[in-house]
Amino acid sequence: MKRKFPLFLVFIFGILGIIPFLIPHPVVQNTDDFLRNNLLRILAAFALVLGLGSLLKVHMDKIKRKRQNWQYSWILIISFIISSIIGLFGGVAGTGPLPTSIGSFPFDIQTLYENIIVPLGSTMFALLAFFMASASYRAFRARSFEATLLLAASFIVMLGIIPFGDRISHHLPSLAQWIMNVPNVAGQRGILFGVALGTIATALKIILGIERAWLGGGE
Amino acid sequence: MSISTAPWVWISALLSIAILSFLYRDNPLYKFAEHLFIGVANGYAVTFYWHNILVPALFDPLFRQGKLLYIIPFIIGLLYFTRFIPKISWLVRIPIGITIGYYVGASIPASIQAYIIKQIQGTILTPYNFQTWNAGTMGVIWSVILFIGVLCTLSYFYFSKAHKGILGTTSRVGIIFVMIGFGAAFGYTVMARISLLIGRLQFLLGDWLGIIH
Repeated sequence: MKRKFPLFLVFIFGILGIIPFLIPHPVVQNTDDFLRNNLLRILAAFALVLGLGSLLKVHMDKIKRKRQNWQYSWILIISFIISSIIGLFGGVAGTGPLPTSIGSFPFDIQTLYENIIVPLGSTMFALLAFFMASASYRAFRARSFEATLLLAASFIVMLGIIPFGDRISHHLPSLAQWIMNVPNVAGQRGILFGVALGTIATALKIILGIERAWLGGGE
Repeated sequence: MSISTAPWVWISALLSIAILSFLYRDNPLYKFAEHLFIGVANGYAVTFYWHNILVPALFDPLFRQGKLLYIIPFIIGLLYFTRFIPKISWLVRIPIGITIGYYVGASIPASIQAYIIKQIQGTILTPYNFQTWNAGTMGVIWSVILFIGVLCTLSYFYFSKAHKGILGTTSRVGIIFVMIGFGAAFGYTVMARISLLIGRLQFLLGDWLGIIH
């Protein structure tokens, strides 16, 4: 029961996921519409509980056991609680019952998003530019013909994108575009076929109950 | 030079600098910003799911409009909470099973359609594909190169036979296409990151310090 019933559900809902692509009848399409737009969306929202529960458990545990850098876990937990309260009771753009501004200083969830999440997220990704440059310096030594090709392709694409590339040669941007459109697409497309076949095989294994890793351990 | 007086600009700028300080080494400023980011981002996720999904798609129809059908997703959703009750924690497999089942089922025809049929349509040598390049007679040559490239790449990933003879030659050509593809993808990703970095520097030097306009 504990394993068979979930496996049965996977099979039934797997079939329900395939059918709408094959039968355009309104009954099938409306059922699919309800499943997609209501049931699965709601389940996705509830699934957040698992992620948050796990995150908070890890950090509470870190504080309790005073592990390395445990003090920062307080920052995470406190900022999570405060931003949740602001968002839940203050509304999306300060339209809820909780006041979300002091004078001309707003602190509604949209303001937090624009001034904390966006700058921190984009700076973190921007930081990767430095690490990619440092990694490529070590990895991109033209030790073989293939490595030289990789190096040359990335170099041409990088130069072709920036305005400076056009000053070096008028042909450089179009060469970069050609690399992106022809050899790049050919290589990526070959890989994509493999990815698609792998996806289909894994999906079938899950639906048929051959792949059961998602059930986790236990009975 | 006109430094911003807006408090949020200062907060954003100082947090951005805290993240950039990682370039020196892992330090308390970076750790503070990192944990703050995770905390606020999760708080935002809670708000987003509550205001945009749970209230309009579940609680309003169920409790305000009296649509009893919505009791089903509500109960199934609540089963996620059983994860924290060891005796009945297996019930969490029900919502997970429904979600996984539906999405893997839907991924089969979607993959066939988007990644196999459409990609084959774009690869085969047809007059339509020759013209899509807008390159005149060169379009034919680009299409042929693309066609050969895809076949050779596929032959490289065919591991059921030793890469000798013709298969050895085609797989060697295939790896050339794969390497150019990886190089191009790498170059493109680096440029996207550089673009983000330029955006952050523009914010710090422009919006915050007012040095550039």
